[in-house]
Amino acid sequence: MDGRYQFRRLKNGGMALATLACTLVVLAPLFIILGFLARTGLGALNWEFFTHLPGAAGEPGGGMANAILGTIVLVALAAVIGIPIGVLGGTYLSEYAGTRLSYAARFIADVMNGIPSIVMGLFAYVLIVLPMRHFSALAGGVALGVMLIPTVMRTTEEIVRLVPQSVREASLALGIPLWKTLLRVVMPTAAAGIVTGIMVGLARVAGETAPLLFTAFGNRFWNRDLLQPIAALPIQIFAYAISPFDDWHRQAWAGALVLVGIVLVVNVAARYAAGRQVKLH
Amino acid sequence: MGDRVETQTTGLIDRTVGIQAENVHAWFDRLHALRGITLTIPERKVTAIIGPSGCGKSTFLRCLNRMHELIPGARVEGRILLGEEEIYGDGVDPVRVRRRIGMVFQKANPFPTMSIFDNVCAGLTLAGERNRRKLEAVVEQSLRAAVLWDEVKDRLQKSGTSLSGGQQQRLCIARALAVSPEVLLMDEPASALDPASTLRIEELARELAKDITIVIVTHNMQQAARVSELTGFFLDGELIEFGSTNELFTRPKDRRTEDYITGRFG
Repeated sequence: MDGRYQFRRLKNGGMALATLACTLVVLAPLFIILGFLARTGLGALNWEFFTHLPGAAGEPGGGMANAILGTIVLVALAAVIGIPIGVLGGTYLSEYAGTRLSYAARFIADVMNGIPSIVMGLFAYVLIVLPMRHFSALAGGVALGVMLIPTVMRTTEEIVRLVPQSVREASLALGIPLWKTLLRVVMPTAAAGIVTGIMVGLARVAGETAPLLFTAFGNRFWNRDLLQPIAALPIQIFAYAISPFDDWHRQAWAGALVLVGIVLVVNVAARYAAGRQVKLH
Repeated sequence: MGDRVETQTTGLIDRTVGIQAENVHAWFDRLHALRGITLTIPERKVTAIIGPSGCGKSTFLRCLNRMHELIPGARVEGRILLGEEEIYGDGVDPVRVRRRIGMVFQKANPFPTMSIFDNVCAGLTLAGERNRRKLEAVVEQSLRAAVLWDEVKDRLQKSGTSLSGGQQQRLCIARALAVSPEVLLMDEPASALDPASTLRIEELARELAKDITIVIVTHNMQQAARVSELTGFFLDGELIEFGSTNELFTRPKDRRTEDYITGRFG
């Protein structure tokens, strides 16, 4: 009896140790990447990096100001496209969960989530770049926006479903029509969760490179025209990283650090929003 | 529980009506939950509906304000007259019917994102009312009518969910009264409350019935006896007996009613 108990304790300890080891293995790459980024990127990070255009090829100096702004513009475009469709679509999925259309939409959203991002780029290329005959910020925004839709839609669906039926009934029994009940009572109750989903989705598309390669294309200059190619951090990092110049390599690291910083800030903001989520009893 | 409940619905409830149900049937998909209910609910009285779990009493209540049909697969047949209006008639908008009928649920369900003030006037603001002075007046009237005003008047901007269970339920009553309903439906309004809060709700129901027709569903027979003037006993989707509460509890006409109220089943 005693021997068996000892064996169980041993097994328990062994398993606990194994889970801890796996956790460390999962966390290690994250910290190695962050550490490496900080070490190599911080050195190239200076005021010029945030305020200047890229320098001439091979010459030291210059920055990624246009790419930082470009990423912000592209993410904003993606948000304009992806958030309304995603939020309203997700609400539909939750409220009309049993319909055939909602099954189909849910399935397609899950498939879309798994589609390689470069295929999304191809989609925007065929839809916008080919008819317009040139690359554009718009095409990049559409590619990212389409990627954003399934993420936002599925999170919205889950969160809206968490709003208790009793809250809906309270509103309907007051003689509030269903659409107004959804818009003014159910959605505000779910708002913090929806915002979290949106921010996580935005953080994800902000770092996408592949869908931008043949849509936004990249640009070495400022661009105020959405119908012209625009710079983006991931593209700039890619271009600089494969260049033969040491200074550009350093700038690529700095760009990567800034990108990770942006994603991190958005994620932390999402966490904060989630923490303020109304308690749903 | 010495303190008397004093309610005042002046200016809120300007009109109340009785309800007549004729041969009402209701289904959940294939489940026949109500089998031909016919009864007349008089105005300005508390009418209680009692019966064991699953007897259809809540379903009947939800047929009265067209909430039953919101459940996927649910169906209603028969006639229900709200005053003069046939609420299942052609072209009758269920949203308008629900406007005329207030409902209080088993579990207090204040809107979690709204303050106490916003909860009470939600029915008005969501219908487009913006006149601040009018809203303030209605909120005070409704909270006074639900005997909650003195407890919350200094924290109207606090969240509705910050109140105790009994207060939340009275908040829901205030919210229902704020839209000047003609009838108030209560679906086991005290079943989640402690005995003191329960008594307050019961006294409130009796007081309100001076101005407005009340239908209360309860599985608590003592509650029905304390609060109502008329009682209907439901069993397996049928109305077994309906009459004065006093009569029904002391001299039931049907054997099944007697068995139920003497605790032989249910």
